[in-house]
Amino acid sequence: MDLHFHGPDPTPEERAAVDSVLGPAVSAWAGGVRDLNTEGHSTRLGGHEARSRRDLLLPALHAAQNRFGWVPPGAMKYICRRLFVPPAEAHGVATFYHLYSVTPRPLAVVHVCDDIACRIVGGEALCEQLEESHGHDMNAPWRRSPCLGQCERAPAALVIAAGEVLRAGSFTLRNAEGVSAALANPAAQEDVSLDALRRSTPQFGTPGLRLIQRIGRVDPQSLEAYRATRGYEALRKAVALGAEAVIREVTVSKLMGRGGAAFPTGRKWDAVAKAPVRPHYLVCNADESEPGTFKDRLVMEGDPFALVEGMTIAGFATASEKGYLYIRGEYPLAAQRMQSAIDTARAAGLLGKNVMGVNFAFDIEIRRGAGAYICGEETALFNSIEGKRGEPRNKPPFPVHVGLFGKPTAINNVETLVNVPLIIREGGEAFAGIGTSGSTGPKLFCVSGHVERSGLYELPFGPTLRDVISLAGGVRGGKPIRAILLGGAAGVFVGPDKLDMPLTFEGTRAAGATLGSGVIMVFDESVDLADILGRIAGFFRDESCGQCVPCRVGTVRQEELLQRLRAGAPIGSYEAEIALFKEIAQVMRDASICGLGQTAANAIESALITLNPVPRNGSRS
Amino acid sequence: MSDESYWFKPPPRARELPMAPVRDEPPPVEITIDGRVLFASSNATILEVCRSIGIDTPTLCYLENLTPVNVCRVCVVELAGSRTLVPACSRRVEAGMVILTDSPRVRLSRRMVLEFLGSSVDLSTAPQAKGYLARYEAAPTRYGPPAPPANARDAREPGHHHAPEGNTSETVAQPTKIDNDLYVRDYSKCILCFKCVEACGTDAQNTFAITVAGRGFDARISTELNVPLPDSACVYCGNCIGVCPTGALMFKSEYDMRKAGTWNEPAQTQTDTICSYCGVGCTLTLHVQDNTIVKVTSPMDVSVTQGHLCIKGRFGFEHVQNRHDEPK
Repeated sequence: MDLHFHGPDPTPEERAAVDSVLGPAVSAWAGGVRDLNTEGHSTRLGGHEARSRRDLLLPALHAAQNRFGWVPPGAMKYICRRLFVPPAEAHGVATFYHLYSVTPRPLAVVHVCDDIACRIVGGEALCEQLEESHGHDMNAPWRRSPCLGQCERAPAALVIAAGEVLRAGSFTLRNAEGVSAALANPAAQEDVSLDALRRSTPQFGTPGLRLIQRIGRVDPQSLEAYRATRGYEALRKAVALGAEAVIREVTVSKLMGRGGAAFPTGRKWDAVAKAPVRPHYLVCNADESEPGTFKDRLVMEGDPFALVEGMTIAGFATASEKGYLYIRGEYPLAAQRMQSAIDTARAAGLLGKNVMGVNFAFDIEIRRGAGAYICGEETALFNSIEGKRGEPRNKPPFPVHVGLFGKPTAINNVETLVNVPLIIREGGEAFAGIGTSGSTGPKLFCVSGHVERSGLYELPFGPTLRDVISLAGGVRGGKPIRAILLGGAAGVFVGPDKLDMPLTFEGTRAAGATLGSGVIMVFDESVDLADILGRIAGFFRDESCGQCVPCRVGTVRQEELLQRLRAGAPIGSYEAEIALFKEIAQVMRDASICGLGQTAANAIESALITLNPVPRNGSRS
Repeated sequence: MSDESYWFKPPPRARELPMAPVRDEPPPVEITIDGRVLFASSNATILEVCRSIGIDTPTLCYLENLTPVNVCRVCVVELAGSRTLVPACSRRVEAGMVILTDSPRVRLSRRMVLEFLGSSVDLSTAPQAKGYLARYEAAPTRYGPPAPPANARDAREPGHHHAPEGNTSETVAQPTKIDNDLYVRDYSKCILCFKCVEACGTDAQNTFAITVAGRGFDARISTELNVPLPDSACVYCGNCIGVCPTGALMFKSEYDMRKAGTWNEPAQTQTDTICSYCGVGCTLTLHVQDNTIVKVTSPMDVSVTQGHLCIKGRFGFEHVQNRHDEPK
């Protein structure tokens, strides 16, 4: 590989920004100054070592983006030299993620959510106002954003201000002036108090909570406070039990993955633990981007040590020495709290060479996403950590055999992993006794939309949809329900006739719905459902990675068809369009590479068929 | 020391070269394809088995000399027990597989994939793809008239787009890129099969001049920062042209002749010869029309090239045509 570089050389600031992640360049080969004493006249330093650090491409791009507000060509060239990445490939990676820009942008940008949960409480109207007041070209200090995972405090926005010190924070955007205020003072936007966490978890103080009992009550930065609330009891017990017994407990508990696919965690861990290839990796999927989902963010912000403990136990059980925590780029506070918890745990000997003073090494590294829903797909997430475009891989082979860096990998969602300390502490049998026989344990529900108290709720598996909505105070203003979205944009719409559906894996499946990531988004009769469907279609068109034809073109055709129906201008007849839609949905479901394409038509199809969102006579709604 | 060699006799040379221990071929596995029970090597892909028994499976992004990327999804087949269809080009056979290659589900998916491509990409120079469209009765016009060409596709950023009206169907139509004398890039004809990127990368050339940039429908083949080819890392081996299934990448000579209306493929002859530039001995196939070389390819089944060439073999044919007897 003989790389070809051109374009401007890096400025000293650009070098410094990249070096802050990669360390100083040690040789001319890697873009530093030639030192004949160490290098001699050969190029023996660099090549292999640089290539082995390809996985630092995203962190290096983040460094440039966070310093300059975009990735200048000089910085890009320097990153490529340091990591020995072909410039074309780096360009392909940088243009894949929407939080990077390869063209100049303002230093500070407010990302305003116009996704479904924010849209129905004024997010879209705010965006239209901002287009008037602040413009909407590349130089505008704001951008529309897909779901920011702040649905319980919608309409939401996220300010990211690049500079020598990165300032970022999420906040509720009450009016268009809020954008100017955020630009003027980006550091002061996010409410980091315990109160903010309590507002997001309306059940605060209710006895009997298992997963979210510490959120809003315990200082998330304090290891002592965590320990005082039975923290790290589980890890001590796990180390005493041994890895096989830990997996046995998790298997007995019948814990199913909480990310949406509901795969038995015990079976996954067992396969990784038994895989002969080394090393093994543990990956925690905190790229929570499903519209309507915010549970993992609140867990990370409010109880970061629980996730560290859960990951450590998982690492112990699967014989992994390294765990990666992939947090989406839109969660600055969660990343900061997790980093602080990891550093504190390491200092206390709870991570590192000899965890708990025994012969077990485990450490956690945080990797940040850069704006791509698809990276929540497990194999796309691996590619992203490896410094590539977040394109999903074909399965098989499955991650338990060929995962991160081609090695056996256990990948679990945040919520799944915070269940683990509970299982170990209480025992698998006791955990299996919670909930129903097919769906065990407690479950987090992200309730948002037109309810009185949107927020994060924890209930043992088994309540009906009606129970959860009434726990959230019922529909705002007592209005009748038009529709409920279960499981996010990749989920399913149900009508008010399904309120007695039990919220379990088996109960939702029997009703033709899905639990997905635990999203319950309620729409009252004031909502224009066709507009919501239009946004969902647009979301999938934006977030398709573009790799396979069914999803790349299918999401476009789906959106066009929906807009035709909304405009009352079907090709042929309404019935012909519905028949065409079903074929588009079918090919996406049958022939797409990954779950994104396979589910991209689900929500829209369910609404079109059962909820009649677009009048058949074709009048503009 | 020369004295010693006088009485020292080296041992006789081994008659046979040592060989690595023979590895057992994995035992053949029993599978069922379209009701036919047969045995196949478990190293084979479903596509290879299908082809070996005469089942014609369409492929667009697959090529024998490249790593399968299984992105076009036109080769999908139905596998009993699998929730989704599986790509025949990359899925290896396993014992007990029951495969359907022409079920209604398979036909629907293939037809829709072809319709999606036909409605968004200019397939006028892709006879193979057009043949598939006819075979699966794809109707790409039913998505409405094509939208007008977009000029700024290369500058599109990932994230939000303008919601369409829906009265036209979006396409990848865009101006042709002509920035050098050897080949043109008309990405209006690109089905994003990834083959050129693979051939430019580790599968053949290791030059890494091009990549897939952007995301979703805006994904496109691009050089770094979308610079013109002469500024990029391109070495003009033309291996991307060799693997392109739709004519999006095309010899400048062919492009000019097509534009002038003088391109006449049936009238062309193909002659194999050996490249005279260096000692490697690559096989060249000269495509000749009216006693003039118009294009050079290399056969894929030749072990020396496996279909790939370098700039000299691919483009260095002009001197042959500097004939004194018949000045042009």
